[in-house]
Amino acid sequence: MPRAFTPKVITANALLEGDVIYFTAEDNWSRDLTDAELLIDEAHAQLRLVEASQQVSEVVGAYLADAVAGETGPEPTHFREEFRRTGPSNYFHGKQADAAN
Amino acid sequence: MYQYNDFDKAFLAERNRQFRAQVERRIAGNLTEDEFKPLRLMNGLYLQLHAYMLRVAIPYGTLNSAQMDTLALLAEKWDKGYGHFTTRQNIQYNWPKLKDVPDMLDALGEVGMHAIQTSGNTIRNVTADHFAGAAADELEDPRPIAELIRQWSTDHPEFQFMGRKFKIAVSAGEADRAVLKAHDLAVRVVRNDAGETGYQVLVGGGLGRTPMVGKVLNEFLPREDLLPYIEATVSVWNQIGRRDNKYKARIKITVHETGLEEFRAKVEERFESVQPTFSGVDQELLSEIKAHFAPPAFRNAPVTEFENTYNSNPLFRSWVDTNLTEHRAPGYTIVTVSIKKHGQTPGDATAEQMRALAQIARDYGHDELRISHEQNVILPHVHKSDLPAVYAALREADLHTANIGLVSDIIACPGMDYCALATARSIPVAQQIATRFEELKLEHDIGHLQIKISGCINACGHHHVGHIGILGLDRAGVENYQITLGGDATWTAAIGERAGPGFAYDEIVPAIERLVKGYLELREGPEETFLEAYRRLGLAPFKAHLYPEAQANAA
Repeated sequence: MPRAFTPKVITANALLEGDVIYFTAEDNWSRDLTDAELLIDEAHAQLRLVEASQQVSEVVGAYLADAVAGETGPEPTHFREEFRRTGPSNYFHGKQADAAN
Repeated sequence: MYQYNDFDKAFLAERNRQFRAQVERRIAGNLTEDEFKPLRLMNGLYLQLHAYMLRVAIPYGTLNSAQMDTLALLAEKWDKGYGHFTTRQNIQYNWPKLKDVPDMLDALGEVGMHAIQTSGNTIRNVTADHFAGAAADELEDPRPIAELIRQWSTDHPEFQFMGRKFKIAVSAGEADRAVLKAHDLAVRVVRNDAGETGYQVLVGGGLGRTPMVGKVLNEFLPREDLLPYIEATVSVWNQIGRRDNKYKARIKITVHETGLEEFRAKVEERFESVQPTFSGVDQELLSEIKAHFAPPAFRNAPVTEFENTYNSNPLFRSWVDTNLTEHRAPGYTIVTVSIKKHGQTPGDATAEQMRALAQIARDYGHDELRISHEQNVILPHVHKSDLPAVYAALREADLHTANIGLVSDIIACPGMDYCALATARSIPVAQQIATRFEELKLEHDIGHLQIKISGCINACGHHHVGHIGILGLDRAGVENYQITLGGDATWTAAIGERAGPGFAYDEIVPAIERLVKGYLELREGPEETFLEAYRRLGLAPFKAHLYPEAQANAA
């Protein structure tokens, strides 16, 4: 039996800066995971991924990542996506530093 | 060391000009990512978890002070003030912006450095013994042939789009400090019974998913046959190596599946047709290159001040006893500068530290620096009378940690803190192990012990050949760490044996502590190293310390 679809967000890296970005329901890209569109229907998710991937002059390597609905928006379910939305653990660099500014 | 001639400078400038135009076309939308990706990889530019990453080659680990200053400049001007020295004698910048990369490459070009072939399915940066040209135990400086191989392999038309990457290392020491047996191809300078100097060629070593120890492909090659022989070897693999499966594409699999004898026969056959195409120009080039590697003018001076400081300053003494290696010239020594201060990221140096190292090299080190695959910095030629001043300058830059070869001198790949391929973090594990053993004040008692950590099966952290290897994996969405024991990165190379079930992130450091304390109980005396004790006793007694619960349950 095929595995049941779990909710996803679309994420990628920005072409110019290389930093982690998320696809929103308004067809633009946010630096913040909580702004991402949470996709709960598989067919819709695939369609949105095609749309997101077409923005070739803005993004690189768009893919679907597991997420769950949290209080302020989507949250990651896997530690890799947790690191991507936070930054490295050895220095206070990346998104955690951007958020502090 | 090698100085670029007009041809080299023009070649690099043209290559950088081309890449600048490619970046511009990508940003303007005239190149797709699929078109651009192979081009950026050819120039060392990756896209990682949080940002782009630029990998710059430090050919055979050698650089001068001006080059080190430029590495500092890149860190400061276009990155976040630091760089990460890797296990393949490269430096990686973790935060460059795409549009800045052409400027970074131009700045590198000014001092004869580049990022060409630091990625992609090409012949990668040629690595070497980090003590080359200084070690007491070597036959000759192996760097001229490393430079010859670098020039031959750079932009070699036959080897730009191979089935997989290809890594070459060279060494001329009696001891192997370049992990020769873990390379696709390795060249060892040797002398035959007739007293002639030539090259022994090893093939088919590698770590990663299928670790294998390199085998001797040719016992003794005359000097003039080296380059055609390497070309024949790479050529045979490039032709018959598998392209159906990325994980079976490296030469180690080709040699394994073909059989060493048959592979050798194919190389010999290919060599017959390749060799006549080398008109001797490579040997002319080699003699030119050799002139660049003339040893510095070593001086004679009394070492009284060194001896006085050694006898009066215990911290200096500890550093001398731990971080120095015998030099071939009288009165001289090789200084290994640890960039593994307890709790810091292995291999990371700040721009200030790079500048301090450059200044020390200018003042006391004949302008030479080396980067080791163990992620430390070497001052290869220091007169002992200068050691007190060198130590003081290193203290100033917080680079005076006395831990070379000890438990906190850990190799660690960037892991999931940066790398897109990683399955778990490695840096914080290394930081915590080093910090813990510093608290215990045990590492000098423990003695020589190499811990090597990789954050995925690709093994950039060389975990297979660590006395203690740690491999970080993703087990059902949670970080999990497997331990291997008894690996060896030297001429007596061995792949470590898996100790048993893995440990969770918060269990791995206590597990390593139990293991090392267990070794202290098991060893015959302080002179028996961890690896020697492991070889004497085997896995079982160490396992009892790693898994005390299993032991208790079985009883």
